[in-house]
Amino acid sequence: MQLKKLTVAAALVAGAATAGEIAPGDVVFTEDGAIEISLSGAPGVAANAPEIMDKGAGNCIACHQITALSDIPFHGEVGPSLDGAGSRWTEAELRGLVANAKMTFEGSVMPSFFKVDGFNRPGDAYTGNAAQEPLEPLLTAQQIEDVVAFLLMQKDQ
Amino acid sequence: AVAFSAPALADENASLVVNGEIEMVTETDAPAHLEGVLGDKIRSGWTFRARETQALQLDDFDNPGMIFVDQAAEQWDTVEGSEGKSCASCHDDVETAMAGVRATYPKWNDQAEEVRTLVMQINDCRENQMGAEPLKYTDGKMTAMEALISVQSRGMPVDVAIDGPAQSTWEQGKELYYTRFGQLDLSCANCHEDNFDNMIRADHLSQGQVNGFPVYRLKNTKLNNSHARFKGCIRDTRAETFSPGSDEFVALELYVASRGNGLSVEAPSVRN
Ligand code: HEC
Ligand code: HEC
Ligand code: HEC
Repeated sequence: MQLKKLTVAAALVAGAATAGEIAPGDVVFTEDGAIEISLSGAPGVAANAPEIMDKGAGNCIACHQITALSDIPFHGEVGPSLDGAGSRWTEAELRGLVANAKMTFEGSVMPSFFKVDGFNRPGDAYTGNAAQEPLEPLLTAQQIEDVVAFLLMQKDQ
Repeated sequence: AVAFSAPALADENASLVVNGEIEMVTETDAPAHLEGVLGDKIRSGWTFRARETQALQLDDFDNPGMIFVDQAAEQWDTVEGSEGKSCASCHDDVETAMAGVRATYPKWNDQAEEVRTLVMQINDCRENQMGAEPLKYTDGKMTAMEALISVQSRGMPVDVAIDGPAQSTWEQGKELYYTRFGQLDLSCANCHEDNFDNMIRADHLSQGQVNGFPVYRLKNTKLNNSHARFKGCIRDTRAETFSPGSDEFVALELYVASRGNGLSVEAPSVRN
């Protein structure tokens, strides 16, 4: 289920983004849902990824298994194993997947980690109350780069 | 496959017989209206729980939810309100009066021209028959009374009507079930239909059935009404929830209950 034609107008909104950082609304996806350039303008730091992917803001492990993090308990079964992700996907594709997996897999249950609008009844984190607008993305630009750097290291054995 | 430490899984072939006499249907043919979305079988949440949790439901002496049922039995005979009446004043013996009632709720009420949950009906009796204050939707006393009434239908198949005047409410509930909410953008169906039997972190996802409600949860050591559970599940999608007792949750309860038509009324069930 690859999402075909997708054009995101790069409207230049003056956001909270720091120099070199792309705001969630300005991200440009390729037709296949990849993002060609670093969202933070800086390289990712793979060493930061495990915490993000555990109970941190990503909680990727809730849905995915990954051998590299087998010291963390309770890996979920909702998504596929991330082992070998760095062999299956390019850096740009992984960035697109983590930022907004729905651009690659239409209708995916995987949350969009770098998206701030278009939600139904967004909440204020896990309080159950209405969100304070504008929303923050689930992961920052740099956190996405960190996770992508880590996933790229997951090569087929 | 790599062995990740996983919680003890359920014994899928176990059968649930309460007190050695009430045989519960914990798996049965899916109702026709589901059109196969859950496969051919629907399953009670009990079948997804770990063995130790399952065991707590086998005997009323082990079931922590029964303490609240006993408290509600006292409440049944307690006079409250301006009319000087208790539930027993009108309904006599709870065992006879309430047998089979839970299995058909939520249910259309002709006079009020609305779909009523058990909680709404109990509060209606409190206000309009007893002259007593209505209880908060998830008040512990209310949930206990819901459990006492449910116990009188244990082992009977859930059989809520979805046609006739209840149909539009049922449709509304169905729409909510498939609506994605919150910043995680997930619907009830994403977890309980697309992913039942999968682990989500340390939780073994069930079909999200309500035949066991009110449910005693080991996590908060009290009885929980289904609307409280709906609220928790929607909150966990990083969404603004609806309130217990809201029109949305009443409709959702009717719809979710109908997905379990054919499973036994199990309340008070025990979950983690
Ligand atoms: C609620 C569940 C859920 C969460 C949380 C989640 N994912 Fe996913 N992910 C999925 C599903 C399901 C798929 C499969 C795509 C599909 O069919 O929709 C997927 C696919 C992927 C893929 C492509 C899989 C492949 O073929 O290698 C990657 C990479 C990925 N996810 C990374 C992540 C990362 C990194 C995080 C956290 C920052 C994360 N996911 C969080 C559910 C989830
Ligand atoms: C003064 C009389 C009276 C009292 C007191 C009373 N009820 Fe009722 N109850 C009724 C009547 C009459 C009905 C049928 C009303 C209807 O269908 O609209 C009813 C219906 C019900 C039903 C629905 C039964 C069904 O088959 O759908 C439940 C449940 C119920 N009552 C619970 C209670 C509880 C719990 C209490 C005490 C907290 C209570 N009632 C107190 C008169 C009373
Ligand atoms: C992010 C995943 C997720 C979503 C979305 C979700 N739930 Fe749940 N739900 C769970 C988990 C985890 C549990 C606890 C394990 C279980 O019983 O399935 C649970 C439990 C339940 C239960 C208790 C079942 C029992 O037997 O005790 C019900 C009922 C339920 N959910 C209904 C719903 C409804 C209705 C919705 C939508 C409004 C919903 N859920 C959305 C994850 C979810």
